[in-house]
Amino acid sequence: MTFSEKYKDEITDILSRYPVKRSALIPLLYVAQRDHGYVTEAAMQEIAALLRLTPPQVYETITFYTMFHLKPVGKFHLQVCKSLMCALVGSDTVIGWIATKLGIAPGETTADGLFSLSAVECLAACGTGPMMQINDDYYEQLTEDKLDQILSDLRSTGTSSLKSGPFMWPGATPAERACEA
Amino acid sequence: MPKHELILLKNMMQPGYTGSLPDYEKTGGYQALRTTLGKIAPADVTAMVKNSGLRGRGGAGFPTGVKWGFLPKDYHGPRYLCCNADESEPGTFKDRQLMERDPHQVLEGIVLACYAIGAETAYIYIRGEMVLGSQILDHAIAEARAAGYIGRNILGTGVHVDVWVHRGAGAYICGEETALLESLEGKRGLPRIKPPFPATHGLYNKPTVVNNVETLANLPHIIRRGPEWFAAIGSPPKSTGTRVFCVSGHVKRPGNYEVPMGVTVRELVYEHAGGMRSDKPIKAFIPGGASAPFLTPAHLDVKLDFEHVAAAGSMLGSGGVTVMEEGTSMVWAALRLMEFFYHESCGKCSPCREGSSWLVQTLRRILAKRGRMQDLETLLDLCKNIAGRTVCAFGDAEVAPIQSTLKYWRQEYVDLIREAEAANLIKLEPVGRG
Repeated sequence: MTFSEKYKDEITDILSRYPVKRSALIPLLYVAQRDHGYVTEAAMQEIAALLRLTPPQVYETITFYTMFHLKPVGKFHLQVCKSLMCALVGSDTVIGWIATKLGIAPGETTADGLFSLSAVECLAACGTGPMMQINDDYYEQLTEDKLDQILSDLRSTGTSSLKSGPFMWPGATPAERACEA
Repeated sequence: MPKHELILLKNMMQPGYTGSLPDYEKTGGYQALRTTLGKIAPADVTAMVKNSGLRGRGGAGFPTGVKWGFLPKDYHGPRYLCCNADESEPGTFKDRQLMERDPHQVLEGIVLACYAIGAETAYIYIRGEMVLGSQILDHAIAEARAAGYIGRNILGTGVHVDVWVHRGAGAYICGEETALLESLEGKRGLPRIKPPFPATHGLYNKPTVVNNVETLANLPHIIRRGPEWFAAIGSPPKSTGTRVFCVSGHVKRPGNYEVPMGVTVRELVYEHAGGMRSDKPIKAFIPGGASAPFLTPAHLDVKLDFEHVAAAGSMLGSGGVTVMEEGTSMVWAALRLMEFFYHESCGKCSPCREGSSWLVQTLRRILAKRGRMQDLETLLDLCKNIAGRTVCAFGDAEVAPIQSTLKYWRQEYVDLIREAEAANLIKLEPVGRG
């Protein structure tokens, strides 16, 4: 089944929000990426046709944004924030832990295709650093124990209860917050 | 408990508050909307916001009511409101809390702003990484739509406002208002040349207002309690209201603290954020996100409002206060921020695209003890040729860490270079003898 047949209702809903079709480009690329784990060339061509764009117009947009993948990434994409605010509270150490535990450097994927590691710029969680995003979820105030737990949870169940819920409160120290969690 | 009254974070600090529609309504939520739509003229709402002195909380600090007033009055086609939720400035994480913990407060502000400017469609442009935030907003919009606060003929007043969440896809520059509009139109997020301004030629070339999340969240309170009440808080007449400051770095309790404008960093760090993590003295701080120049302990008692921070040589920006303790390498800190700007430069303007690369390379070389004394002049020369020579303010922002660290901690650069020179001399000795 083609992309546009498979997600017909969702595509119609997205298109209805904008008076100009091209605005639906990023939302549709998200649908395509959710489908395959990355945006395939076929999906790009279909989206171009749907929005009456040329394939280069889709390609020029997709390559501007860091969240779209043009090739497969690991099942769990670990993106560790390395900006100054997280670096001040130890993000380099976190990257080191992950590299040692998984045997991969930033930009690499484990041989089993389960984990990819990236060092990324600010994710707007500076008060709860060091932090990382895995697929759609934030994991904040990372410690080595928490990291071990997260990796083991992901391996066994595909998700982890340590992921952040709605924004954490100010006021508690990192240790107190860890206890609350 | 804080000594002052909380405005934006008040609800969510109540035990058990979930941010759902019934919870929000219990705290007086949507009362401002009920008393305004169809009862107060849109021009009067704009006048109230003007009188409150509310200034944009996204970074530039432009007066909100004045911005709304720029929309053409004789234009009867579609107009748009864009809520700028593309929070990506390193050091800033307040909008995320406002959206995830009290989404209806933001939505009520959006509907009020739409009413004031005559827009029937609003887009919340949220940064792509904030998946949870976008889901919470989607849910809140559905709740508000079912209750008649959003959609066609709101509460029977004949006012129509539709609100949609639009996720970005990972590009800091899309927080710049014209880049945001380009991105919302499905293109690369490259800033537009201004003028024309979005007020006349915005989204789809139609009159558009772009307001930050925190700015919009203030609106229900201003309307409910009156502009005079708001104008009396903080540092009147130019910096009114409270500010949600995001405190990060080497403090005991990093987090968001809502305080009246005009408190000092000393108060923020030692009274709210629990003091320094390891009780070392403060070496440096950034008062307003990565784009704001670094300041020193001599500035700890500068009032955190738009004018005083500007007079001290920095800017209040997005309210991201990052504190660094004694022992932090300022060359390293400048490099970390510079790497961010290098990564996020959109590439439209050569000075920024090429310059950010040269700045990063030079800083890396100095830090790796391979620097030369003339590098310092090169850095300043590059900064001079980037700032003010780009389409958007990104160029000014990216030189801030370098110019300010060179101004206050030049000796750290010099020491690294001296070490490099000494190492080179030793290495060259055998050649000289030969």
